[in-house]
Amino acid sequence: MPEATVIPLEPRGGGSDARARRAAQARRDRAEEAAPSEPAPPPAPPVAAPSDWERKLAGGLAFLRRRLTGDYEIDDFGFDPDLTDHVLLPPLRPLYDKWFRVETRGLDNVPDVGGALVVANHSGTVPIDALMTTLALLDHHPAHRHLRMLGADLVFTLPVVAPLARKAGNTLACNADAERLLAGGELVGVWPEGFKGIGKPFSERYKLQRFGRGGFVSAALRTGVPIIPCSIVGAEEIYPMIGNAKSLARLLGLPYVPITPFFPWLGALGAVPLPSKWIIEFGEPIETKDLGGAAAADDPMLVFNLTDQVRETIQSTLYTLLMQRRSVFF
Amino acid sequence: MQPRVVLVTGASRYLGARVAAELQADPSIERVIAVDTVAPPPDVQIRLGRTEFVRADIRNPLIAKVIAQGDVDTVVHMNVIATPLGAGGRTSMKEINVIGTMQLLAACQKAPSMRKLVVKSTTAIYGSSPRDPALFTEDASPRAIPRSGYAKDAVEVEGYVRGFGRRRPDVTLSVLRFTNFIGPVIETPLTRYFSLPVVPTVFGFDPRIQLCHEDDGVEALRRATLEDHPGIYNVGGPGVLLLSQAIRRLGRPSFPVLSPAVSMVAQLFRRAGVVDFSPEQMRYLEHGRCADVSRLTNEFGWSPRPTAHAFEDFVRARSGSHLFNPELAVAAEQRLLDALVRRRTASDGAVGA
Repeated sequence: MPEATVIPLEPRGGGSDARARRAAQARRDRAEEAAPSEPAPPPAPPVAAPSDWERKLAGGLAFLRRRLTGDYEIDDFGFDPDLTDHVLLPPLRPLYDKWFRVETRGLDNVPDVGGALVVANHSGTVPIDALMTTLALLDHHPAHRHLRMLGADLVFTLPVVAPLARKAGNTLACNADAERLLAGGELVGVWPEGFKGIGKPFSERYKLQRFGRGGFVSAALRTGVPIIPCSIVGAEEIYPMIGNAKSLARLLGLPYVPITPFFPWLGALGAVPLPSKWIIEFGEPIETKDLGGAAAADDPMLVFNLTDQVRETIQSTLYTLLMQRRSVFF
Repeated sequence: MQPRVVLVTGASRYLGARVAAELQADPSIERVIAVDTVAPPPDVQIRLGRTEFVRADIRNPLIAKVIAQGDVDTVVHMNVIATPLGAGGRTSMKEINVIGTMQLLAACQKAPSMRKLVVKSTTAIYGSSPRDPALFTEDASPRAIPRSGYAKDAVEVEGYVRGFGRRRPDVTLSVLRFTNFIGPVIETPLTRYFSLPVVPTVFGFDPRIQLCHEDDGVEALRRATLEDHPGIYNVGGPGVLLLSQAIRRLGRPSFPVLSPAVSMVAQLFRRAGVVDFSPEQMRYLEHGRCADVSRLTNEFGWSPRPTAHAFEDFVRARSGSHLFNPELAVAAEQRLLDALVRRRTASDGAVGA
């Protein structure tokens, strides 16, 4: 089979070594795909290199076939990299590049391999900040790492949302899952402010809320992975929440129903986020390896102090970034 | 400790008969006594070989006599049944499961010869809820304790088994919590579900499922009986499948049903006697349930085959009933790509000329 069936490889993986191995594997796969059961056909006469759209079409066809026959792998948490990379994330890229013009700083603070816990501030009424952080780490980190996020209970009770969240690599925010992911060498993202952070009124923007109960710190201590404080500037302004339809929220069983200057007044148009300029900064990792492991996780004072340290770091970075920012939109 | 006389309950059912057959094939075991309320079908009887079959009801004190007279030292309790369809209704199913276990344990407690008790339980006792961890470990406490059906029975059975363990600490106690079984032969609500021509799913949910191959189920029970592995173990294939993925691998269309209509559809199926779906199983179809099998793998030094392989075996056995053949998709893709190459070659040739 000529190279016409080339399926574009995503630039993934750690060192060039791993990449070469994977490329070799992919070549084998391709060969298998090209000739499912019969021996390899004689080499075809050389043809011009396939054009870009042909390559895309071939890739799309292979993807479609994999989906139709269920021929893809998921991990224990339900993470489906095939779907995430080809369907769920691509529509977000224009939002990342063109709309919010996200600028990343300190990506080298995120390790290339092994478990690490990214802790970030949460804002914007809709968790777009989490999606943008995922893209920042996948597209712009040298090791192209998938961020495995820990989500609130609510996410996993909602129809449609729940399976999508799992397929995108997220799981329930509970210590069992966090420790399992971290011990497995995954990069885990957590937004410890939860609904208090994401659903806070516009007047309280960039004021960090309580950082949960420090569960994320004890998970990091138990697994001995570094905590990477992450400060996100710009997400607060995408949907300035000036009111909360409390009774409607109670009726729908949601933590809040946002009212912004444009939503719900302008309907669907009001749901378009404002094009604020974003900065995502990954801070110095806080090492937990030498703090005493599981014993340290059972020391509430240490956990509280470490939680506060992470929170203070993010808060001060946020203030610094805000000072540097010229305007909300540029 | 090597078992000498083994009593297997629920031996006329598929798994029970297979475990009894395995045990009787082991020459180190002196006697295998199989107990059930109905005699096994003739073809199974042949496989049971030297097994002595006692037609008895474990709800009846008669079981104590069988244990005492047989000098039984090992009991494999497999008589907790999953579906009311085969048991003659839910009331009778509950009686067999709970009262039967109580009677059996009472008899075991009184028997001085008892050395080992192996209980076939289920991961269904963890329930199914959106607030569950991705994988249940054996010491996880369920967020939503099952309140009906098989799962509730299993919770109660395990409670009595724990009580027995306290009163007879000298008896080695192994509880095996199996995930849903799958395989070419076994019949369970799940295999019947997967055999529906159009598989109904719950709209907006795509649970992760974990499966245990029937052969691995038998093997786990055999190892727990012959070797000493005290404790509770999750038994199932490592890895998970999404329900949608499984249905596609099966080559069947699925039909999403809106959540409020689900119980209605379930009732319809139950009345038609096609598939018996309890509310537990309906929740399973929404949120799924997966268990961590690392304790089993470490302690037994053996692992069941992965979920995907177990399911593949099931798919292969039912491949005659494919509505949609995966090879069709591969062929269609190949044809399109070939057409593409032909087109390019043709246009290149035109340029060259």
